Amino acid sequence: MSIFVDENTKVIYQGLTGSQGRYYGLSNRAYGTNVVGGTNPKKAGTDVEGIPVFASVADAVSATGANASCIFIPAPGVRDAVMEAAEGGIQFIACITEGVPAHDEAWFFNKLQRDFPNVRLLGPNCPGIISPGKCNIGITAGHIAKPGGPVGIVSRSGTLTYQALYELQQQDIGVTTCVGIGGDPVPGTSFIDCLRAFEADPDTKAVMMIGEIGGSAEEEAAEFIKNHMSKPVSAYIAGGTAPAGKKMGHAGAIVSGGKGTAQAKMEALQDAGVRIGLNPTEAGAHMVDIVRSL
Amino acid sequence: MDLYEYQGKQFFARFGIPVSAGDVATTVDEAVAVAERVGYPVVVKAQVQVGGRGKAGGIKLANSTEEVRTHAGNILGMDIKGHIVHVVWVEVASDIAEEYYASFTLDRSAKKHLGMLSAQGGVEIETVAEENPDAIAKIWVDPVDGLTDASARAWVAAAKLNPAATEGTVEILKKLYRAYTEGDADLAEINPLILKPTGEVHALDAKVSLDANSLYRHADYEAYDATQVRDQRETEAHEKGLQYVGLEGSVGVIANGAGLAMSTVDIINQVGGKPANFLDIGGGSNAAVMAGALEVINNDPNVRSIFINIFGGITKGEEVANGIVQALASVNIDSPIVIRLDGTNADEGRAILAGHLSEKLQMAPNMLSAARRAVELAGGTPK
Repeated sequence: MSIFVDENTKVIYQGLTGSQGRYYGLSNRAYGTNVVGGTNPKKAGTDVEGIPVFASVADAVSATGANASCIFIPAPGVRDAVMEAAEGGIQFIACITEGVPAHDEAWFFNKLQRDFPNVRLLGPNCPGIISPGKCNIGITAGHIAKPGGPVGIVSRSGTLTYQALYELQQQDIGVTTCVGIGGDPVPGTSFIDCLRAFEADPDTKAVMMIGEIGGSAEEEAAEFIKNHMSKPVSAYIAGGTAPAGKKMGHAGAIVSGGKGTAQAKMEALQDAGVRIGLNPTEAGAHMVDIVRSL
Repeated sequence: MDLYEYQGKQFFARFGIPVSAGDVATTVDEAVAVAERVGYPVVVKAQVQVGGRGKAGGIKLANSTEEVRTHAGNILGMDIKGHIVHVVWVEVASDIAEEYYASFTLDRSAKKHLGMLSAQGGVEIETVAEENPDAIAKIWVDPVDGLTDASARAWVAAAKLNPAATEGTVEILKKLYRAYTEGDADLAEINPLILKPTGEVHALDAKVSLDANSLYRHADYEAYDATQVRDQRETEAHEKGLQYVGLEGSVGVIANGAGLAMSTVDIINQVGGKPANFLDIGGGSNAAVMAGALEVINNDPNVRSIFINIFGGITKGEEVANGIVQALASVNIDSPIVIRLDGTNADEGRAILAGHLSEKLQMAPNMLSAARRAVELAGGTPK
């Protein structure tokens, strides 16, 4: 099995007619994702290489039965795009767009929680989600992931996620689902949301977690692992030697006021029984060990 | 994006938060002119983005033209913890009955706005939080609801300020919340928020940090961006649109992806080297971006070697390799380069690079060996 998305997920692309939306919409379809449409109010009735374009998410949902959306709308339009997706009946929204103001993210996070508690938002500023062999939504290179299991991956970083997928593939280890939650201050889906889903998924036997400096999401995840997880976890935290007060590329990756250090995160995770790698390769090697001894 | 105090005060004033009358000065004569205009006594304040200005002698009270001349003369050019003072803010001095603290910031854990108010102001809030956490009244504001008058009143009551300050504080907090949200601030802090003997409440200092992602809807923030403290390398990288953070070491870093770039910085430290920078070039195959990144690193006089760490995802290895080869043809790089290329079509990419290898351009099979080689080339002894 997999978490959040699978072969039955029907995906539309908000921003399908833009260069990024088109490129990744077609790439995802080529991977085997059930891509059923796209939206652009000015281009309704046209198509992108056979993918029909609708005026709105609501139109796309009623015509295709879509239940997931992938957002490639530029940052100024993201707040409206997220709400349009939820109001249009979408259950799973992956927002790839980066550069969304934190106040917008905080607003639609709370608005969704209040008015659409069953809608899951992933991102913004994330690579998306892949359940290898079934469904790939976003910008992950599908061919570097081996389908099956037993590993689930959850990560705040894009490239490090690819590296993890690749290293597991090299060792002939499969992945149930790989979720990129993104590097922004208010991610729609948290580590804990993913850990809980992996714990409940019978095909996932172990979880690899990739965190970063900044915030306290990893510490909260450690608390969850300690109290609610039976499956083994390995982790890597990027930014251990980053200077305080500097944003390291991602808006959320900053050590401020002594908070959010990699050291504190690693200690919390270690205390929860998680095997920590000091670099991505080491974390991958831990996961290989864990899988071999399952 | 951190604002200077004077910018923060101008920002607050736009939202109707009372601040002291004053202006900026970059010379002693300008400082005197401001003082004459606003009236004595005045306070001359160094404009630097670092704490502890007062202790360093960067904040002085002046009762006369002569005193303004002396203090402005001393403060302009002063070095406060490595920050040189180029600008002073001269404002009319305030009588203070009590000092409070007020701020809004985003609580990433609760995913709500966190307001903090304390009767203990004028000191570091981190110290208050440690020594006397009960002295800070907190409120979590749902961004969808905003800060209501009733919740602001309950919050102020919880902070146990002097009752004379209640009305003025409620008004300021509502305005501060507007400034924080409508202004897209990461932090809006008043420390101290003062109660004057005459009963008015007033922002005596301003600490504001703005969300760089919101620049598209605040055209006027360009002016703040222009005054950001950046070293020469950071300025050049900023002009090229690169995600760059300057560090102190000798190994230049180029990686695709913020996580991988952080990881590269980490691994150089782990093997006993010192990274010169953090640099994320994104996707990874664009020759122009790679050339720009190499130029910025090449202009850093501390750099002795360069570690290019690329993991191909959607972008194929041969595209990345061609991008690197093209970039190297367009810029002349002084330091030796070590490349680690992995991921999609890594073998094809490595085959292309193999035709260009030399003392100045080397390849390593993985991150660890590449980091060790780069540290060695920078003159270090790798662990």
